[in-house]
Amino acid sequence: MSNPNQILILFAHPAWEKSRVNRRLIQAIRGLDAVTIHDLYEQYPDFHIHVKAEQELLLAHDIIVFHHPFYWYSSPAILKEWQDLVLEHGFAYGTGGTALHGKKFLSAITTGGGAQAYCRQGYNRFSVRELLVPFEQTAHLCGMEYLPPFVVQGTHQLQEHGELVKHTEDYRQIITALRDDQIDWEKLYQFKHINHGLDQILKPQEMTHHV
Amino acid sequence: MSNEGFFFQAFVYLVAAVLSVPIAQRLGLGSVLGYLLAGVIIGPFVLGFVGNEGEDVMHFAEFGVVMMLFLIGLELQPELLWRLRLPILGLGGLQVLLTTLFFTGISLFFGLPWQMALAIGMILSLSSTAIVLQTLNEKGLAKTDGGQSSFSVLLFQDIAVIPMLALMPLLALEGAATAQNQVILVVATEGTGLPAWQQALLVIGTVVGIILGGRFLIRPIFRFIADTRLREMFTAMALLLVIGIALAMQQVGLSPALGTFVAGVVLADNEYRHELESDIEPFKGLLLGLFFISVGASIDFNLLLEQPLLILGMVLGVAIAKFIILFALGRFFRLEISQNLLFAFALAQGGEFAFVLFSFATQNRVLPSDVSEPLVAVVALSMVITPLLMIINEKLVQPRFIAAEVEREADEIDDNENPVIVLGFGRFGQIVGRLLIANGCRPTLLEHDPSQIDLLRRFGWKVFYGDASRLDLLHAAGAEQARLLVVAIDQPEKTLQIVDLVHKHFPHLKILARAVDRRHAYELIRRGVEVVERETFSSALDMGVEALKLLGVRSYRAHRAGRIFKFHDVQALQEMAEARGDESMLLARSRQLARDLEQLLQSDNRELTQEVDRAWDISVLRKDA
Repeated sequence: MSNPNQILILFAHPAWEKSRVNRRLIQAIRGLDAVTIHDLYEQYPDFHIHVKAEQELLLAHDIIVFHHPFYWYSSPAILKEWQDLVLEHGFAYGTGGTALHGKKFLSAITTGGGAQAYCRQGYNRFSVRELLVPFEQTAHLCGMEYLPPFVVQGTHQLQEHGELVKHTEDYRQIITALRDDQIDWEKLYQFKHINHGLDQILKPQEMTHHV
Repeated sequence: MSNEGFFFQAFVYLVAAVLSVPIAQRLGLGSVLGYLLAGVIIGPFVLGFVGNEGEDVMHFAEFGVVMMLFLIGLELQPELLWRLRLPILGLGGLQVLLTTLFFTGISLFFGLPWQMALAIGMILSLSSTAIVLQTLNEKGLAKTDGGQSSFSVLLFQDIAVIPMLALMPLLALEGAATAQNQVILVVATEGTGLPAWQQALLVIGTVVGIILGGRFLIRPIFRFIADTRLREMFTAMALLLVIGIALAMQQVGLSPALGTFVAGVVLADNEYRHELESDIEPFKGLLLGLFFISVGASIDFNLLLEQPLLILGMVLGVAIAKFIILFALGRFFRLEISQNLLFAFALAQGGEFAFVLFSFATQNRVLPSDVSEPLVAVVALSMVITPLLMIINEKLVQPRFIAAEVEREADEIDDNENPVIVLGFGRFGQIVGRLLIANGCRPTLLEHDPSQIDLLRRFGWKVFYGDASRLDLLHAAGAEQARLLVVAIDQPEKTLQIVDLVHKHFPHLKILARAVDRRHAYELIRRGVEVVERETFSSALDMGVEALKLLGVRSYRAHRAGRIFKFHDVQALQEMAEARGDESMLLARSRQLARDLEQLLQSDNRELTQEVDRAWDISVLRKDA
């Protein structure tokens, strides 16, 4: 097998101690080979982001994951600050800005509202994919391949032991498969969310081999 | 001179000064005119308190000019002087040359022999360094383009006096020039009686000696003196320095004024510069005042009464001719019109060197006294009208250019004066200073510990010596021009003193003060200090945050806890400082302090038991759902 993909999880949650779902998700992928979990609020409590170090981290990875709760249809503040500072002209976009070309981009988000809220008739009026368009376009401008997002919805009502466990397992499977290139890419793009058709997207034999 | 006579003299001069200068100042005439008028009043013509000894007093007082040039030198870094080389040589040189030619021509026209004509031409080309610079400084115009050009011309003239003196005996009508010049301002080159090449070597050696001494000797000496912490020793040393240089220059036949000027330039980046300035300043001021008084007293009004039209006509003629030549040169050197007018008005008079040169020329029989005496009167009167001309310029002429002036004002940001003064460059001030410098703002740094200064100087820092609570030193450090004052010293009482002093004398300065503790912070807040920082608060808070992190609190939460704590603490500090403002009794106050502390501890406790931070709390949302 070829070298595994290096995965960078840019995790942004301002109140880890109050988090239920995101904490579980992170715990599920902690310790995986070739997966770097980068906790932005822990690293930069005063928002003073070390741009050079962040860019080097990006260069050292093949798949970039923005992992965060979906606050006000976007990311928590530090991740926006991170984008503003790290995705520099000449590095990520514009003349000579090719550092991220060919990398893959994944949003991994949790929403308080359930799936039924994210549609024309729901109180959020737009689908998650629509609301994620700024991220999709950011990836596009940076020459990255935008993967269907990993979305956990209705976190307010999630039960500790049923669905939540399933989500954490899904997340681990997806990250692992991305790392090992065990994804049926053709199929993947038919789904709105990466976790909607896992059994079709993941290549089963190889997956069990590795996990 | 008997003691009594001396005291009477001193009394007369001081009364004249103390009465007339404040009045002149109040009337907007400036101190120079006040001194000059005082001299006229106590002089032989009006009250007659001062008779012939006025001339001796003038020679003594000329030392004020020497001191002034030393102080000017202190303000002039060598780089600045180098930048002024074009105006000094070009503008100054042309002014002296053209004015000399003009007055020589006029004198020839009136039938004087060429030797006399040339002597008169040279003498009248000079302007008064003392009056012009003093007036410009008083009006705050010294740093403008016009002021700088005036200064450049005056500097060239002061240098040009030396060859003029050397030339004078050669112009003597009857050969045999034997006059000995004893004035202190300038000394003729034949004074030492050495062959020319030895003389030249001596002169060069002395100047080099002054430069080397200033560079290498002065610092350890001042360091030694500063360690004694006796202020008067410092003053004595400063005076000794100036007088010593003046004497040395006199011995080798050079102008003491020029010598002290060079010494001043050499010491311009010395750390004791501000201290030197503030020590010499009062002496200079008084001596210059004395000098102006004696100029006023020396005016021969009998001559004026005998030939009023001739004398006044000549005063007017001299002033107008000089004005036209100056204005034309200003145009040629591209001075902006309002600055050019300032320049021409400022320099359109005769100078104090003219008195010296006229008496020297008379002694050398270049000029007969019936020619030189009216001319002395003309020069003295032209000096008296200079402050008046400056007022005319300021009140009547400049307002026409006010619009242009405002625009210029904005980019006159002075590269000499720094917007921030940092008092105390120890552990606290250094951090403030380094941050400022790292961000392109060079503060003026004052420190009173000589060993600290040496250390910092070795690392290339410009730190000046001085006790920060002295008003004159704050003046010298440029408190008038500065915008911020950072008081970073570690003596709480002195900090309060400085705050009061600055509020009184420099109300425009924003103060940032280091408070040693809570009580000190109250005092500072109550005095209305803009920024008060307790010296240990922020670092202690940072350490508390780090402790929380090591206890396992997430760093962002710990960070926010620190910010929230600071916010509440600073707010409580402000409230308490204001609340206890009207209490007078000490006992009640200390009891209150204890209660405050208790309150403070309780409120902290409450903060800890409660949820510090309600942000990103989703429990309510979950209940909702």
